[in-house]
Amino acid sequence: MQPFGGLTQEYERVPKPAVEGPEPAGIEEPAGAEGGEVYSQGGVLRLIGRTFARNRLAVIGVGIVIVLVLFCFVGPLIYRTDQINTNILESNLAPSGGHLLGTDNNGYDILGRLMAGGQSSIEIGLAVASVATVFGVIYGAIAGYFGKIVDTIMMRVVDVLLAIPIVFLFIFVSTVITPSTWLLIAVLGGLSWLAPARLVRGETLSLRTREYVQAVKVMGGKSRRVVFRHIIPNAIGTIIVNATFQVADAILVLALLQYLGFALPPPTATWGGMLSQGSNFLSDGYWWQVYPPLVAIVLIVVAFNFIGDALRDAFEVRLQER
Amino acid sequence: MLRVTGYIVRRLGQAVIVILGVTLIVFVLEHLISGGIARAILGARATQLQLSDFNKQNGFDSPIWYQYWVFLDHLLHGNLGFSYKQNRSVDSIIASDLPRDVMLVGTSLVLAVLIAIPIGVAQAVKRNRAFDYAGTATAFVLYSMPSYALGLLLIGAFSIAVKWLPANAPQGSTVGSMLSHPAGLVLPVATLTLVTYALFSRYMRSSAIDSLAQDYIRTARAKGLSEKAVLWRHLLRNSLVPVTTLIGISLPTVLTAGLITEYLFNFQGLGLEYYNAATTYDFPVMLGITVLVGLATVVGNLLADITYAILDPRVRY
Repeated sequence: MQPFGGLTQEYERVPKPAVEGPEPAGIEEPAGAEGGEVYSQGGVLRLIGRTFARNRLAVIGVGIVIVLVLFCFVGPLIYRTDQINTNILESNLAPSGGHLLGTDNNGYDILGRLMAGGQSSIEIGLAVASVATVFGVIYGAIAGYFGKIVDTIMMRVVDVLLAIPIVFLFIFVSTVITPSTWLLIAVLGGLSWLAPARLVRGETLSLRTREYVQAVKVMGGKSRRVVFRHIIPNAIGTIIVNATFQVADAILVLALLQYLGFALPPPTATWGGMLSQGSNFLSDGYWWQVYPPLVAIVLIVVAFNFIGDALRDAFEVRLQER
Repeated sequence: MLRVTGYIVRRLGQAVIVILGVTLIVFVLEHLISGGIARAILGARATQLQLSDFNKQNGFDSPIWYQYWVFLDHLLHGNLGFSYKQNRSVDSIIASDLPRDVMLVGTSLVLAVLIAIPIGVAQAVKRNRAFDYAGTATAFVLYSMPSYALGLLLIGAFSIAVKWLPANAPQGSTVGSMLSHPAGLVLPVATLTLVTYALFSRYMRSSAIDSLAQDYIRTARAKGLSEKAVLWRHLLRNSLVPVTTLIGISLPTVLTAGLITEYLFNFQGLGLEYYNAATTYDFPVMLGITVLVGLATVVGNLLADITYAILDPRVRY
């Protein structure tokens, strides 16, 4: 077994599945379906699952995510700390029995704050990725399906938004409005849907020429049916892989904006905010204020990237090494 | 060549539309500010008279479409307005910051390419061996790290643990005066280079693997060329083609990393200027820099596409 299977693994030679992508759980297609719909394909699903599980990095990634989620959401129940009231008498304490990772400048326990900050990072990361994926997928599918002038106009809008880096745009937005958590999710999600939109549009351009899509049209299927029942389910592999990377990217951008002080200002506990505050004291040797949030951010982003890479390999079971 | 010309004309048309879109977005954003720009600049204590005076001076009392027209007109004449806070024109601010930025971002881009290409080729050749895994792992960690975290680690190691390099960029007003204190430039350039390298390395490796499977490599080997000649003359040269595209598409990320690097090391460039303008509601400066960044991205992509079309005659449109 190779340590970096996710990127370089040799695949078992498998026959190319008739339809790409697994079935979204729960949709059972009755006999006599019009064809081309993604119907139950236990074989492909199992194959994808097996390819994924055989990938050592994928397992490590899933493991890291589970541990971090437990740490952030169950941890506070066991390790109780006060993350609301400051305690200046206990500021900047080095790690000890009382405070396992020491305290920050306001006297907050770092380990406890790491848990609280992780909750918001993970929640917002997942929420942003969901918003961006749902919107981007529908947008891209519509642009690709209708093509011609609709496609041209819709994709020029994407080009315009892509031209301004998201951080520049977000900083600009945050000077105009002060983002609360929900607004933050909406704005970040509203700025991150461009990649899934482009990917799904590309996929749709090829999917819409397939026979089964033509068949549905001939049988009088409405555009909505074609897009939601045939095109999007068949692009599900691309969508899921991209959504995983979206989570990692959202957490990174979030940490970056918090570091610059443009998202969720103190007293909200955030990993980026902790890093920002701790870095002021780096030259004082308060390493415990910098390295724990840094390690946490890197770990979760690496984990989601591992999972995304492995999923991509798993979904592309037909992509065999040359 | 005709084939490429038509493509270039079409891409130019697209680029113009996109740039227009960018100006529209920043213009709309600026006018979305709650309570109006005058209130944000003059503060809560400003009287109605002062507010209307400010609006009149800056032309905010005319219809919005006319304001946009004036903004575009000024833009076309290279006039980006006047800073609210610095008593300087945005043009002069950009003119003094831009060379420093070009130095920082340019040096880092060049260094990143120079590092990424040989390592990517070596990884492709020694695929699935220890060297390849080490390279992939390094790139993965670098890629997953926020750029400021990388900078903080470098500062922690080289400015605090061992006091070899300063954690502050030199504060000279010109590129020349900054270059006279090269020690201060090492950490900012290193940070940005590593971030950019992480971005490039994954592409370079897979692009080199793709090239290795191409017919011309097989032909070169079949001709009896030495493995060294195959790698240097055929693989490396052909791997250079996607680099142009890579630089084009990674420009937004690199510029963002540039902003962070400048903030972290107090490097007086456009990124830091943008940050300062955002914290002081200096909208003309933000507007000017955003348009410039958008322009850089669009032109970067355009140049990359055109270069690619010329370099690789197999590409069809």
